[in-house]
Amino acid sequence: MMLIDCPWCGPRGHVEFTYAGDATVKRPAPDASEAAFADYVFLRDNRRGPHRELWHHTAGCRRFVEVHRNVLTHEILGTSAPEVSK
Amino acid sequence: MTERFRLASGGTAIDRARPLSFRFDGKRLTGVAGDTLASALLANGVRLVGRSFKYHRPRGIFTAGPEEPNALVGLRRGDRHEPNTRATMVELYEGLDAESQNRWPSLRFDVMGINDRLSPLLPAGFYYKTFMWPPKAWLTYEHYIRRAAGLGTAPTARDPDRYDHRSAHCDVLVVGGGPAGLMAALAAARTGARVILCDERVELGGSLLRENRMIGEETGAAWARRIGAELGTLPNLRLLTRTTAFGLFDHNMAGLIERVADHVATPPEHVPRQRRWNVRARQIVLATGAIERPLIFAGNDRPGVMLASAARAYIHQYGVRPGSRAVVFANNDAGYRTAADLAAAGVTVAAVVDSRIADASTGTTQLAGIPVLSGHAVVSTDGRFGLTGVDVAPLGEGSAVRRIECDLLAVSGGLTPTVHLHSHAGGKLAWDDARLCFVPSTGRATVRSAGAAGGAFGLGACLAEGARAGAETATAVGFSAPAGVTAPAVTDEAVRPPQALWAVPARAGKASKRFVDVQDDVTVEDVGLAAREGYVSVEHLKRYTTLGMGTDQGKTANVNGLALMAQLRGEAIPAVGTTTFRPPYTPVTIGALAGREIGLHFMPVRRTPMHDWHGAHGGHMIETGLWMRPRCYVRVGETPDQAVRREAAHIRNAVGLVDVSTLGKIDVQGPDATEFLQRAYANGWANLPVGKARYGIMLREDGMVFDDGTTSRIADKRYFMTTTTANAAPVLMHLEYLLQIVWPELRVQVTSESDQWAAMALAGPRARTVLARVVEGLDVSDASLPFMGAREAHIAGLPARIFRISFSGELAYEINTPADHGLALWEALLAAGAGEDIIPYGLEAMGVLRIEKGHVAGPELNGRTTAEDLGLGRMVSAKKPDFIGKHLRERPGLKDESRLRLVGLVPVDGTSKLRPGAQIVADAAPTLPGKSLGHITSTAHSPTLGHSVALALVSGGATRKGETLYAAYFLEEGGATVPVRVVDPAFVDPEGKRLHG
Repeated sequence: MMLIDCPWCGPRGHVEFTYAGDATVKRPAPDASEAAFADYVFLRDNRRGPHRELWHHTAGCRRFVEVHRNVLTHEILGTSAPEVSK
Repeated sequence: MTERFRLASGGTAIDRARPLSFRFDGKRLTGVAGDTLASALLANGVRLVGRSFKYHRPRGIFTAGPEEPNALVGLRRGDRHEPNTRATMVELYEGLDAESQNRWPSLRFDVMGINDRLSPLLPAGFYYKTFMWPPKAWLTYEHYIRRAAGLGTAPTARDPDRYDHRSAHCDVLVVGGGPAGLMAALAAARTGARVILCDERVELGGSLLRENRMIGEETGAAWARRIGAELGTLPNLRLLTRTTAFGLFDHNMAGLIERVADHVATPPEHVPRQRRWNVRARQIVLATGAIERPLIFAGNDRPGVMLASAARAYIHQYGVRPGSRAVVFANNDAGYRTAADLAAAGVTVAAVVDSRIADASTGTTQLAGIPVLSGHAVVSTDGRFGLTGVDVAPLGEGSAVRRIECDLLAVSGGLTPTVHLHSHAGGKLAWDDARLCFVPSTGRATVRSAGAAGGAFGLGACLAEGARAGAETATAVGFSAPAGVTAPAVTDEAVRPPQALWAVPARAGKASKRFVDVQDDVTVEDVGLAAREGYVSVEHLKRYTTLGMGTDQGKTANVNGLALMAQLRGEAIPAVGTTTFRPPYTPVTIGALAGREIGLHFMPVRRTPMHDWHGAHGGHMIETGLWMRPRCYVRVGETPDQAVRREAAHIRNAVGLVDVSTLGKIDVQGPDATEFLQRAYANGWANLPVGKARYGIMLREDGMVFDDGTTSRIADKRYFMTTTTANAAPVLMHLEYLLQIVWPELRVQVTSESDQWAAMALAGPRARTVLARVVEGLDVSDASLPFMGAREAHIAGLPARIFRISFSGELAYEINTPADHGLALWEALLAAGAGEDIIPYGLEAMGVLRIEKGHVAGPELNGRTTAEDLGLGRMVSAKKPDFIGKHLRERPGLKDESRLRLVGLVPVDGTSKLRPGAQIVADAAPTLPGKSLGHITSTAHSPTLGHSVALALVSGGATRKGETLYAAYFLEEGGATVPVRVVDPAFVDPEGKRLHG
């Protein structure tokens, strides 16, 4: 079980969290093209190595946490408040 | 039978003063406390303990530890029966009842033993190749094949015992309590670090209990006891014996299974049988030792053939003579130690067969009175139910076969470090050509191997490595190493290099099997067949031959199989690679993984505040997700279906009350609450006044409908949102995502209140009359509280929120009150309605009413429908600059008229019953595979229309109104079709006169 260091609650087992997707995608501006929204909704990089992910502390503080995680080794390189809400 | 193979003295594990009686295959035998089932069987001279998996060959006890491939027995009877337990790991207890497996009618006379004679017809892959035709018949074949080949039988009754879970944290986890582990735990714990030491056996000591070694002036066993006693006094160290570390997981989480009460017939009251520990360790020392490899030669599987390390263990640990007359066969120096120990225990050692040719640089060890045959190998064995003799011949040229009578053949093919946990943690392995084994190489920085687990096989090296690992791991987590923990000096003898003898060549004209994997009955020939047929990768070899796929996971077989494949491919062993070790290290019972999370603890039950009332008034409770809800309230003399029809009809004509507490309820408040709803919902919210409710549809960003529900403005900056029961949690998380990630600038707080409110809907033409009787300080006339009005008031003295909204299509009020008042309000409304013939109605009548009204619910909100598909397209705002789903819902494909869209269906004959799941087709007699136009999502018997009605998603939707199509039930015999007419989905009151009434 992975240990995720919630910036608000401290280190907790990953069973308290819900994976919530890629932290690097940003919702396009309302006037952006349909293609930009399609990219935002459907297209993801799936790199071998470190990712920036969002995890929702569902059974804790219910905050979204940005987790910098190597998806190959599951090593967590750091956690922080999501960039938008810092 | 007496224990005629029990030695007069010795045995580090046993207490001769405490005899125990037990049964094996119904026969009463005796052993002593400290025995394993295997040692007790051997003490009684029982050598035949099971039949092999495929060929049903007689098998005996092969090892003395967790790696045992052969001696698998069924333990206990009835509910507590446990199949495939390793006799070498089962602690003997008074009354233990074990039976052999995979034989019928008896162990000595096994009908399926014919498989051994038929074996030329049963090579690897036989089943795959033979039973392929006709395709459907495999199901029949498989039934018989599974019966013929196999292990024990799983019990079908519920396990009466309990299993616990516990979590723990430590600075240093030491796995294995042998010489390296003891030193590591001692060195780490003396620094003050929090240490957990676990060992799978009853007693600490590991190999020290199994070997005849001195540490200073003490025996190894005495030293282990002394160190163990000291560890027991350290407050910062937790000692877990009978505890197997079965897996290393992410971020240094170790899974341990503590066998709390496996060594008794029935666990004492309040004691679990096993306890699973989830240990989070900052540093981990793997002192898991090594497992001896067997040698491969013809007939190497007979009862009486045993690992040399096991032969020594039975002598030293259990005081049991593993045979009377022995031959030792080895490719390394362990043979000589084994011969000496056997001789000292009174076993006649007929010969030491050393595969290595003695030359000046290697030589042999001379043992008094024991002949040494160097450069020789065992080429075959005899004995139907137990070994009676072996044939020995020189390796290479010449075939001067010598017959040696014996009942024990101790074999040693060298040691394999137990690297499983290292591999679980992602560690890599390196092949050591000198020691002929895989050793840990790179791996997780916080996990290290010490002692034999790392390839250091000497006792002195184990002690020294353990001490160093303990001190270094403690230092690594911030503790300073105290002076004075040094490993006792033990000088390890020089070891001559082992010989790579992966299989003794078969003798010409002799067809006797040479087993690589005795548990799965995989032979050298099977490996050769796999190579010839192209299954040359390790992973293919494993799957094709089943090598290493048994309950033992090939602990004694994998490296030999790999080496043989390397030989066949003409490559070096590391070029062939290893298979991946995955948890668990040894079998783990499912109960221990589940722990207490079974039954209601696995899936809790959610009950509404009125739950008990429903049960007391004929409510037929059904599960909807985790919730229990009344399907209907059955009266005397009524079937549930009749009750549903009665209730639904009654609501259209009088009044009823239904429990809707399960709906999701979310409090939305803050200065930007209105703007937030504007963006979260597809329809508009800008002009909703305080005191009004509105039906809202929420889309996903891809344009599909996510959820629907009513939301009411209860104050200027505060809304009360409801969601469907199923989506209560997903909607909340979605809103949180929007507020935290997408629009963090919006000042809004969302809070789940689903459990805080009891909710009920009062519906029917007389609903207002009933409400007016008990409501306080509120005019409920249509003028004062019109359709979609939302007000706070007291009802029968209880605080309530009253929403004039309707799911049923009738005049209706959805009334919420704090959960604690739910039952009181429910009863007050029923009392107030007594004169109006009020009834409680259930979930199914509510469903009937909504289908009659054409309201969508879960079956239609299936994640693949757009607002247009559901006939809700006109609700979606065209004015708002942005909302979730706005942009992608405009994709042309989603606007296509031929999409599956909501329609109503009625049977053309006015009587046929429509059922959900039917495919809608254009032909009365469709040919398969035909073209589906859609499917029925929801059906009900309409009490208003007097026949079956259905909601369906049909290509073209409303444009087909008036067409006759066919509902087809392809899964049924004959594939009957029912003619249906496409109609408007609002079967009842399409103008909405009733709910506005």
